[in-house]
Amino acid sequence: MDKVMRLTTERGVVLFSKSSCCLCYAVKILFQELGVTPTIHEIDQDPEGREMERALMRLGCKAPVPAVFIGGKLVGSTNEVMSLHLGGGLIPLLRPYQAFC
Amino acid sequence: MNSPTPQFVPSRLSIYEPIHQIGIWGENFKRNGNPNTSTSLIVEVDNKLENESETTSHEMLAPTNNYEQEASKPIDKIQRRLAQNREAARKSRLRKKAYVQQLENSRLKLIQLEQELQRVTQQGLYMGGVSEGSHIGFSGTVTSGIAAFEMEYGRWVDVQHRQICELRTALNAHISDIELRILVKSGMGHYFELFRMKSTVAKADVFYVISGVWKTSAERFFSWIGGFRPSELLKVLVPQLDPLTEQQILEVCNLKQSCQQAEDALSQGMEKLQETVSSTVAGGPVAEDSYIPQVATAMEKLEALVSFVNQADHLRQETLQQMSRILTTRQAARGLLALGEYFHRLRALSTLWATRPPEPSLP
Repeated sequence: MDKVMRLTTERGVVLFSKSSCCLCYAVKILFQELGVTPTIHEIDQDPEGREMERALMRLGCKAPVPAVFIGGKLVGSTNEVMSLHLGGGLIPLLRPYQAFC
Repeated sequence: MNSPTPQFVPSRLSIYEPIHQIGIWGENFKRNGNPNTSTSLIVEVDNKLENESETTSHEMLAPTNNYEQEASKPIDKIQRRLAQNREAARKSRLRKKAYVQQLENSRLKLIQLEQELQRVTQQGLYMGGVSEGSHIGFSGTVTSGIAAFEMEYGRWVDVQHRQICELRTALNAHISDIELRILVKSGMGHYFELFRMKSTVAKADVFYVISGVWKTSAERFFSWIGGFRPSELLKVLVPQLDPLTEQQILEVCNLKQSCQQAEDALSQGMEKLQETVSSTVAGGPVAEDSYIPQVATAMEKLEALVSFVNQADHLRQETLQQMSRILTTRQAARGLLALGEYFHRLRALSTLWATRPPEPSLP
């Protein structure tokens, strides 16, 4: 739990993912499209992965991955990210972290 | 009295399981050729089953008349016998492994056949039963989620048709916004009901939803992850909504863009899933007949498909909700009418296409 809490308070956009998860891949593509490079933690490649999975579920994520945090606050999983984006609320949150090269 | 116990039916009958015991029996029979040795053979086979190692050699020298003869033979013949027994044991282990492998393959094939049968039965029921406006009840049956969905979907289409007619009448009659609001809410709710139904049947058989076999052929042509494309929906709606205010035009434009981005992300995720499943199924040595590990792993990966279908439906629902937020009640009513009419026409197109006159044969 500590590791997850510490990682989520990192500045910017944080994405908890699994390298084998294609839905996580879709979220990564979306961020790429929006000019954001999130800090990605592949929990299936982390020795504390199981713990982190449980911690994420306890934070309220129905599926442990993908889990998106922006500026330390939990945004949610794919559902929440998509809803936020279609509602126009995602881009304002991402603005400080966008970088269009 | 050399009466064999029930477990040791002579090999020439060849009806005995498991196979490896026949093997051992057969070889020993050939070597001795003397029916009187059956007692000693029983001892041998018994010990072989329990403990296939060299220590059994001592137990095999049990005091029977026949073994007294064998004890006087030179040691190297005993050693040869031991080596032959080990070889026989090894071969019977290999045969057993091959047999189990064959059983596993047959089991998989059986599952495939059952699924194919179910699919064909469902399709037969669906094709025969549901058509525009008329609905024949299914007699009999199938308690599977698919049959339930097909019945519900048939009703859904009928209700949809009724709602479109009501909307058209209401808009032409210029009823009040309050009454129109009720129609809009039930229209929206009807779509959300479809997404709920799809979510349930996706858990039962996600391939069924993705294949779009429950839809008419023209609708299937436009299918994207088990339903219509949200961006397509906007393309159909927007021209029907004029005039829009400046603010509305801006919001619709933003919605179009974010919708397209979300769609692209999901599409690429699906491609990644296809690649993953494909390489998993194709992996491993082709020379061997066993593909169970690959297929089993692919099964796990396919679980993700259900999530994708749910996400795609979520995107459709979200698009509809955003549009209803941006539009006035009257515009929303016109939008729902346009959308419903569009799908109605696609279904009519499918029917027309299916019943078109055959092409004249050349003379």
